[in-house]
Amino acid sequence: MHIAKAFLSVLKRDVTVAFRHRNEIFNPLLFFSLVTLLFPLGIGPSPKLLQTIAPGILWVAALLAALLAADNLFRSDYEDGTLEQLVLSPQPLSLMVTAKVLAHWLVSAVPLLLLTPLLAVSFGLDAPTIGVALLTLLLGTPVLSFVGAIGVALTVSLKRSGMLLALLVLPLYVPVLIFGSNAIDTAASGLPVNGQLYLLAAMLVLAVTLAPLAIAAALKMSVSQ
Amino acid sequence: MAEFFHMGGYALYVWTSFGIAAVVLLLNIVLPLQQHREVLRRAADFHELEGRTKQ
Amino acid sequence: MNSNASHVNSVAMKNPGFFTRWFHRMASPVWFYQISGKLLPWLWVLFAVLLVTGLYGGLVTAPADYQQGDSFRIIYVHVPAAWMSMFVYMVMAVSGAIALIWRMKLAEMVMVSCAPIGAGFTFIALVTGSLWGKPMWGAWWVWDARLTAELILLFLYLGVIGLYSAIEDKRMASRAVAILALVGIVNIPIIHYSVEWWNTLHQGATVTKFDKPSIHIDMLIPLLLMAGAFKVFFAISLLLRTRNELLERELPRQWVKQLVEEKDG
Repeated sequence: MHIAKAFLSVLKRDVTVAFRHRNEIFNPLLFFSLVTLLFPLGIGPSPKLLQTIAPGILWVAALLAALLAADNLFRSDYEDGTLEQLVLSPQPLSLMVTAKVLAHWLVSAVPLLLLTPLLAVSFGLDAPTIGVALLTLLLGTPVLSFVGAIGVALTVSLKRSGMLLALLVLPLYVPVLIFGSNAIDTAASGLPVNGQLYLLAAMLVLAVTLAPLAIAAALKMSVSQ
Repeated sequence: MAEFFHMGGYALYVWTSFGIAAVVLLLNIVLPLQQHREVLRRAADFHELEGRTKQ
Repeated sequence: MNSNASHVNSVAMKNPGFFTRWFHRMASPVWFYQISGKLLPWLWVLFAVLLVTGLYGGLVTAPADYQQGDSFRIIYVHVPAAWMSMFVYMVMAVSGAIALIWRMKLAEMVMVSCAPIGAGFTFIALVTGSLWGKPMWGAWWVWDARLTAELILLFLYLGVIGLYSAIEDKRMASRAVAILALVGIVNIPIIHYSVEWWNTLHQGATVTKFDKPSIHIDMLIPLLLMAGAFKVFFAISLLLRTRNELLERELPRQWVKQLVEEKDG
């Protein structure tokens, strides 16, 4: 009961803070739509071509947006000492970081989900495919948040960590990218996508159970410096 | 002998592969050995300096 | 209470089990430095024998492949390097786990020393794969499952190296790398599986020519010899690097002083 209360208070605090600094919500959103819209400009407006590459574009853009957003997941808390308090607090750290990652996902990824139908329509995807795209993003983006948080926790004490974070995290995003974009692709050609969705769900379960342990260990290491 | 080096027309690919592998493996030996000499030298300097300051 | 606990502790220290004793000796830097120094010449001999016989078998006695001609001989560096690239990551992750759980310094150094060697093997596997692909596929790079997975593995290694060099305090850096290596080892099977799945899906009927259903015994024996040579090479390079790392960290210690004086005198 006590732990659940701590979990919720961390979650509530982080969401509230994010709503005060709106950047955290709008920057990934802006980045996501900008990246997505660059592709038609670079490749050409042929609807057929855009339709074929839309799944890949949506997922790559989501990946990059997640990476960009992840960077300030622990940054301000590290700088003002909140993170140290969290590490020292009696509550299990892995649970507390789960709350933080969850809050981060709520404010940085959920808006992307809301924007996705709009972008998907501009690429000429039909309604059932958009539904599948949303489902894959719903299952996949939390994995991105959790795995990204490991990288952030490892590099939070470094001054310039942007490129290093990308190097650490992007290779780990590959499976999500493959199954996510393939599910949309398969749905666009009218085939069932249960397999891909189950695999994404499995990855989500794995990420939620194992990543917090790694994040907690990495944060302890970063804070002790 | 010439036939051996010719590798049935694939000489370029085969010998480049073996050559690059050899270079990378060699680097993996030469660099640590160099570093070893360097560390020993620094250790010698360190202990010599320490010995002198103690006297 | 406190004195009681320390009493128990001292008893345990006086009568350590065989495993604990072995473990402490393993962790002792002097012991490791001496043993590895004695071991290295033997490893060199073993490496030379395996390499010479493997190369002779692979380049001279093995018959040319009926389909690929002599270009198949690239297998004798490509496949051992690809195997080693995975094996080294495993060694790195296992020593990372030991370093995290038992705070064993030697395991940290082994882990850190693994990364550049593993990256080297991965690089060899990538380049030779590309050189093999050119005559076989007609292109320098094909998004073949194995090559793509090797490429991702190379980035994983570069991440480890980058993280270790970015953190100033080397003990902290070791802990960070250990966590990263463990995260990587959980992910590698997933990455491999997904890349393979992605590949069969998009490539359709093109069977990768690297995976032969059966390999002639005259071709297989040199391959195994070369694989052995690569493995021994890894041991040599790992020992060399770990010894350096050890000296670096223990520089002010007495045993290093003695070592340097013996060398000079």
